[in-house]
Formats: sequence, structure tokens, C-alpha cells
Amino acid sequence: MTQETLLIGLAGVLASASPLIFAVIGETLSERAGVINLSMNGTILLAAMGGFAVAYNTNSILLGFLAGMLIGALVALIVAFAGITLQQSQVAVGFVLALTCRDLSYFLGNPYMGLPGPRLQAVPIPVLSSLPLVGRLFFQHDVITYISFAAIFLAWAWIFHTRPGLMLQGIGEKPAAAYIRGANVNLMRYVYTVVGGALIGLAGPSFSLATRAGWMGTISGLDGFGWIALSITIFGGWNPLRGAFGAYLFALLQWLGLVLQPVLTQVPSQVLQVAPFPLMILTLLFVNIGNAEWVERTLAAMPDSVRRVFAKLLRAMRTSPPAALGVPFERE
Amino acid sequence: MIKGRFGNIIYQLAALGLSFGVVSLILIAVGASPVEAFRNIFTGSFGSMRKFAEVLVAFVPLLLVTAGLLVTFAAGLWNIGVEGQVVLGAIVTTWVYRLFLDSSLPPAFVIFLAILGGIIGGALWAALAGVLKVFGGVNEIFGGLGLNFVATALTIYLIFGPWKRPGVASMSGTVPFPDEFSLPLWADLRISPWALGVALIGIVFVYFLLQGTYFGLRLKAVGKNFRAAYLLGIPTWQYSMYSFLICGALAGAAGAMQVAAVYHRLIPSISSGYGYLGLMVAMLVNYQAVWAVPVALFFAALNIGSIQLPILMKLDSSLSGVLQGVLVLFVLLAEGVRQKFERRVQS
Repeated sequence: MTQETLLIGLAGVLASASPLIFAVIGETLSERAGVINLSMNGTILLAAMGGFAVAYNTNSILLGFLAGMLIGALVALIVAFAGITLQQSQVAVGFVLALTCRDLSYFLGNPYMGLPGPRLQAVPIPVLSSLPLVGRLFFQHDVITYISFAAIFLAWAWIFHTRPGLMLQGIGEKPAAAYIRGANVNLMRYVYTVVGGALIGLAGPSFSLATRAGWMGTISGLDGFGWIALSITIFGGWNPLRGAFGAYLFALLQWLGLVLQPVLTQVPSQVLQVAPFPLMILTLLFVNIGNAEWVERTLAAMPDSVRRVFAKLLRAMRTSPPAALGVPFERE
Repeated sequence: MIKGRFGNIIYQLAALGLSFGVVSLILIAVGASPVEAFRNIFTGSFGSMRKFAEVLVAFVPLLLVTAGLLVTFAAGLWNIGVEGQVVLGAIVTTWVYRLFLDSSLPPAFVIFLAILGGIIGGALWAALAGVLKVFGGVNEIFGGLGLNFVATALTIYLIFGPWKRPGVASMSGTVPFPDEFSLPLWADLRISPWALGVALIGIVFVYFLLQGTYFGLRLKAVGKNFRAAYLLGIPTWQYSMYSFLICGALAGAAGAMQVAAVYHRLIPSISSGYGYLGLMVAMLVNYQAVWAVPVALFFAALNIGSIQLPILMKLDSSLSGVLQGVLVLFVLLAEGVRQKFERRVQS
């Protein structure tokens, strides 16, 4: 493989991860506020189909992306209403929506199957794009990929380095304390769930108008990405930077699967495509095992020097969800 | 709870009406007649004995999966990995068949072994999700989802790899077994009374397990309040594992039936999403075993009835999924509204 093709491949990995980036950041915001939006898998499909249909009919890519965001926001609004106002199980409502939106996208998208539609074109950034290596990797993408780069840092800065971000952490960790400090917990949860939903919705047109342009119904190959994004959110420990790392890692593994296919002719292509999943389970195991009770007991029984090393290792990998995730808040 | 039962029915009827209303609006939006669509679904599922037999074919795995899920839900677990457990049941069943096809064992005994294998296979796959949950701290939703993808990949690997048809491997699956190795069918219909029997035994077993045994009582205690159950001396993690094993066994039985009574081979989409659909049925019956039979039958009828829609009305058959999903969604929302209303009345 020449250096050029390798660079193109890696640049492709960065671009193809952009839908996952949006979905992961959207879910991270929502869960940071204490609301699980489990509908992602269906939302992304419905937004992909809706975004494509709108862009096809209006010939405006921008409207297509906006339609995707609107769909994501509306689905998230249902999750928020059921979970916050009605205090029903967010997991149950989200799961039902995940299936319903998927079927709805296949049903409504039937007339758009296989139609040639608009597609976002690459916009090389002047000067920067001609830099060696870096230019190829980062500055010859379409607009939505640039936005995905920016979104990672914006979300990270928002959560960890602004006052509203601090409040956001508060309403997910200790809503009662945040309430005493003057936060309108339920309103904020609505806002973050809907904004997060709009970002999740953005993932749809990022597929259907950019990285995998077009709508192919059940064979679009988009079914499953929402579940992956959900696992990456956990892998990322509700931190946009770590989440983005997970998304890029996943895209890299998928690309490697494609590249290695001619070498590994024994393995069917469908198997290589799902190879990231077992790895995902393993990583979830690594980041979660520190939370298990028996691990703590085993650690306690170890000699001091060994324990310190293990404890440090586990703590570095470990992630814990926001304490009030999925728990409705009620003023006493 | 008993006081509100009549009120419950009103809310649920409202949910039913609303969901049919919403789906009608969707149909009108795409320029189709709702009446015609619903009539086609009805005649496509109950129109003839042959069609009703098809409904029962779909009903068998759906009911088995629902029965299993009632156990994990009782233990407070969201066993989304049930889909993969169905797949593993089908894989192990096929594997046992392949082991004994050329043996001198009587076919009936081979069928028995194959189904038993499927049950064990499903249970072990569920145990994996259980171990991840109990000892690895991995939420059963995420462990289960990952395992679902692995199970599907394994199916495709087997069909295109070690178990491929002589000549060229294809998406149509492995080589079908000879007829004497499948469960006998009812006259010239596609439904096997044996498979139907297994499904009904499954739900009756779960009903009595949850309603009439000490085990079921303790399981529900674990599900309602894990910490309190632990303090009362119930071995909580063991109970979590038992519920995974039972659910996996029933899901494995569903997969075994798909192979032994329906397809007579392993195909890529062997579970056809019955695992996920079972989760919806379990939610719709509010985790009560009594209602599982009629609701699973209704969902199976929707699935089969909508198969005709692409031919008759040029509509996508995923309409059944939309209707099922909207229905469950409205029932959940109606329950939420009812609870909120009652809270307001009390305070």
C-alpha cells in the first residue's frame, strides 16, 4: 500500500466517523443531564430517510440536514415527555421508539429506495489543505466533517469549562443539589434531551447525504449504528473527547476490515464488518469491571503493592454513569 | 391497583384507538386507504386456514421469547440479548442435526437431541450476558446488544464457511435436512402441532413459575428491590443468573423450533427479529403472563397479514412494525398519564 492510498483511507476513516461523532455527542449531552435516549438506532434511520427525502424534493442539502435534526429533536421530545413529565421508564419508551422509527423509515422511505440524490461535496480549505500529510488528513473534507471536528471540542469545552456545563453535570449527578442552587432541573433536562436529539438526528443525513449517500431501505446498512453509538457513549465515559476517540477507533476497525478482506479470503466479508462488536464488548468489560463488587473484594485481599498497581489501572479505565441517569426528579 | 382496574381498561382502549388513528393518518399521508390496508391485514392473517397456520408459525417463537422475557423482566433485567439467544438456539440445533444426520439413531431421537441442544445453546448464550452483567458490571442492554451482533455474524460465518452448501454458499442458508428429521406438520399446513405444544408449555411453565412458586416470589423480590432482597438474605446474583438461564433456554427453544419445524436448515435471518418483538409484547402485557397468548397472537397476525401489502397495495410490509410500535408507545404513555392523574387526585 502506498502512502497516498493509506492517507486517503485514513482521511476516509475520519469522514466516515462523523455520523457516529454526532450521535455520541448528542447522547452524551442527554445522558449527562440524566436522560437515556435509547431511541438512537431508529432515530438515525428515520432522520437519514427524512433528510434524504427532503433534500431530494427541495434540492437543498441544507434543508435535508435541518429536517434530520428536526426529526431527532421530535423523537427526543417524546422520550423527554414520557421520562420526565410522565416519569415512565426511559429505557422502555426509548426501545419502543428505536423499533418504531426504524420501521417507519422503511415504510415511508419505500418510494425513495435507490433514487439518485444530492450529495455533499468536499470543500478543501485553502492553504491548509496543501500542507503535507495533515492537509490530506484533515482539510479536504465536506462541511459536515469539519462540523463534526468542531462539535467534539465545543461539547467538551461546554461540559467541562463553562458554568452552564457545570450545572449540566449537576443535574445528572445530584439533581437535588442543582435544584437548590437555582437550576430548573426538569426544564434543563428537556432542553438537553431535545438538543442532544437534534445532534443524534444530524447523524442521519450525515449518512444519507454524505458518507453513504442515498436511501436503500433495509439494505442501507445503517441498522445497528445507533446501538454502536450507544456503546461508544459508555466507552467514552460521557466525555466527548473519549467518545470521539471511540468513534474513530470503530471507524478505523471497520476500514481495516475492508482493507484486510483481500488478504483474509477465508473470512466472509460480513464477519469482518461485525468484528468491532466483540471488541466493543471487551472494552465495555474493561471500563466497567472496576465497578463490580467482587473486584473490590479481590483487590482488598491482595498485598498492598500489587493492589495499588491494579487499582490505578482499573481507575484509569473505569467509567461510571451520571448518578441520576434514568431517575426522574421530583421536588420534595 | 384493583381499584383502578376499570379505569385501566379505559386508558388502554384510548391507547388502542389513538394508535390506530395515528397509523391511519400515516396511511392517508402516503395516499393509501386505511380501511383497505387494515382489511388486507385481517384477511391476510385470518382469511383462510392456510393463512392462520402461518400466523401460528410466527406465534410459536414469539410466544416462547415473550415467556422467557417475562422471567428476566420479573428479575428487573432488560434482556435485550434475547435476539442472539434465539439465534444461538438455532445454531446449536443445526449443529446437533449435522452431527447425527448420518448416524443410525432414529430420526425422532435426533430431533429431540437437536431441540435439547438448541435450548442449552440459548441458555449458555444468555449466561454469557449474565456473567458480563453480574461479574463484569456490563449493563445487560449493552452486553446483550453486542452479543446479538456476534450471534448474527456467527450465523453468516457458518453459512458461508464451514457449513456452506456443496458448490456455492448463498444467503439461502445451509443444506436442508431430509423430511423425516423435521417435526411433523398438521395435515398439509405449515404449522407443527408439536411446536405449538412446546410454545404453550413454555408460557404455562412461566405462568406457574412466577405466580405459584417460592422461586418466582423471590425472583420478583430481586426485581422490585435488589438491595432489600439482598438484605433479606436472597442470593441476589444467583437469582439474576437463573433468570438469564431460563429466558435463554426459552429463547433457544424458539430458535430450535425455527430450525426443526419451519426452515429445516440454518438461514441468515433465522430469528427474524422475534426477540425484539417479544420485548414489545412483554411491555404491552405489562409483564403479566396471562395476556401473553392473545397479544402474541395479535402481533403474529399483524406480521403475517402485512406480508401481502407490497403486492396488493404497493406498501412496505414494515407497516406492521409501525402499528405494533405505535400501539406499545401509546399504552406506555397512557399508563404514564393515568399514574400522573391518580397522583394528582391523591394529593
